[in-house]
Amino acid sequence: MAISREDVLHVAALAQLELSEEEIARLTVELNDILAAVGKVSELDLSDVPPTSHPLAVVNVFRPDEPRPSLSLDDVFANAPERDADYFRVPPTGAAEESSA
Amino acid sequence: MPEWEPVIGLEIHVQLKTRTKMFCSCEAGYGGEPNTRTCPVCLAFPGALPVPNETAVEWTIKLGHALNCRIAEHAVFHRKNYFYPDNPKGYQISQYDEPLCVDGSFVVPGPGGDTEIGIVRAHLEEDAAKTIHVGGATGRIVGSAHSNVDFNRGGTPLVEIVTQPDIRSADQAKRFLQLLRQTIVELGVSDAEMEKGTLRADANVSVREVGEQGYRTRTELKNMNSFNHIARGIEAELRRQIEMWESGGEVVQETLDYEVKSDLVTARRRKEEADDYRYFPEPDLVPLDPSTELVERLRIEVPELPGSRIRRFEREYELSYYDAEVLNGSAALAALYEQVALNGVDAKAASNVLMNDFVATGVDPAAVDGTELGKLIAARATIPRETFTRALTESGDPQFRAETYLGDALVADTAELEPLVVRILADNPGQVAAYKGGKQGLLGFFVGQVMKKTRGRADPKIVNELLRAKLRD
Repeated sequence: MAISREDVLHVAALAQLELSEEEIARLTVELNDILAAVGKVSELDLSDVPPTSHPLAVVNVFRPDEPRPSLSLDDVFANAPERDADYFRVPPTGAAEESSA
Repeated sequence: MPEWEPVIGLEIHVQLKTRTKMFCSCEAGYGGEPNTRTCPVCLAFPGALPVPNETAVEWTIKLGHALNCRIAEHAVFHRKNYFYPDNPKGYQISQYDEPLCVDGSFVVPGPGGDTEIGIVRAHLEEDAAKTIHVGGATGRIVGSAHSNVDFNRGGTPLVEIVTQPDIRSADQAKRFLQLLRQTIVELGVSDAEMEKGTLRADANVSVREVGEQGYRTRTELKNMNSFNHIARGIEAELRRQIEMWESGGEVVQETLDYEVKSDLVTARRRKEEADDYRYFPEPDLVPLDPSTELVERLRIEVPELPGSRIRRFEREYELSYYDAEVLNGSAALAALYEQVALNGVDAKAASNVLMNDFVATGVDPAAVDGTELGKLIAARATIPRETFTRALTESGDPQFRAETYLGDALVADTAELEPLVVRILADNPGQVAAYKGGKQGLLGFFVGQVMKKTRGRADPKIVNELLRAKLRD
């Protein structure tokens, strides 16, 4: 159950976060505390209770397949750090894996 | 040397042709100026909330029926977390352990019997945006100066289909994909065109010795954009793995690209962190609980599919497997064949004409009136060859009527042709004498004269018989 220093480093790497030694130490403690608090739930017998994926008792919310106007290019790029013509310009993706989609 | 058995599973992505994207009302589909089909949802602006496209959900269920899947009573969307510029939220909305369609099978008919391929699941997710690599030699990733992102495709509904590792050859994989593609197209849920990327397939490949239980390490083969490339890529990877095992080496689990030019597979750069997508239920979306009523309505809406239609054609029209398969190359061609065959034309003759002469004209079978085409094919023995071919070329015309061409019917009536033959012989006494003197080759000259007088409408067989008889006299 306990979260190790390695777990913190692994999660940080997945989230692309660089942590200082001090942060690693603090987060190891905090994450363990959070897990312990949530772990309280496991003390109950929940074998008959299905996992909750949503707090509301609502299912099947849909939208009809009808197009509505998209944003103007000005709005699309209003907060873009870099723009190349009508594209979002990003650093070369050669260093990373291809998308997995 | 041991005998090796290929073990192949496929992972197929199908872009649905809904009018709008999966979770927002931006127009979906091929084309559009870069980034003009985007909004706060598909650009992942803070606070934007996704709402599922009802049509996309229904079409996925329909596709699930076509794959003989069980449709889940309760399905959930999950977040699949990873960073890449084509994925603006930092996660893709997908499905994980509660997908819409599970445990199916897909039957691929063949000349030697059916092959059944198990379907693990078919789930609904959203497509990634398109990344264009700028600079560098060939637009490939390596050496590019920067990358540009077009989010038009981002968020398009995508169905992922995963098969069991039931496929045993590269050819079988290709045939499976072709029939699956046709099934999807006939369902009307996607154009499923590999060249346009609306159908994409990756292959999981391993080998084992014949009779061996369990599976050996598999590799994942990507970057193949035609049915032929998939077959060739799998062949190349099978060869590589067999060589590896036979030389005492070991296949390692990795993702590979198939390079068409060199006919070789190359390893992709390995990720530093192993795949760890930290799936969790998407809190912005409520579960999908398709009602029995909806599931049954969609089941009824599934038309007869090409796989079973091929078998029915073999049975009902007593066609060979090959003929049945070719005639089922599209729903429109199959429907036209049935109209023609039901119009009293001999099933085998109708099949020959459609498969060869008709298909060669390039006329869209959907545009042809089967009743008129049936009349034409029924009368084909009495129509000159050129007229028949011209008629087929014009059969897609809304004005097309068989009788237009029947006027050109061959004159096979001996009573009508005999006086003509007699007159031609009388007009050419020199040639007649030469023929009788042994120049048998002159028969062709007389046939030509008859054809000229009848403007090609005389039945050559009858003319030949008549001429031979008269010249013997």
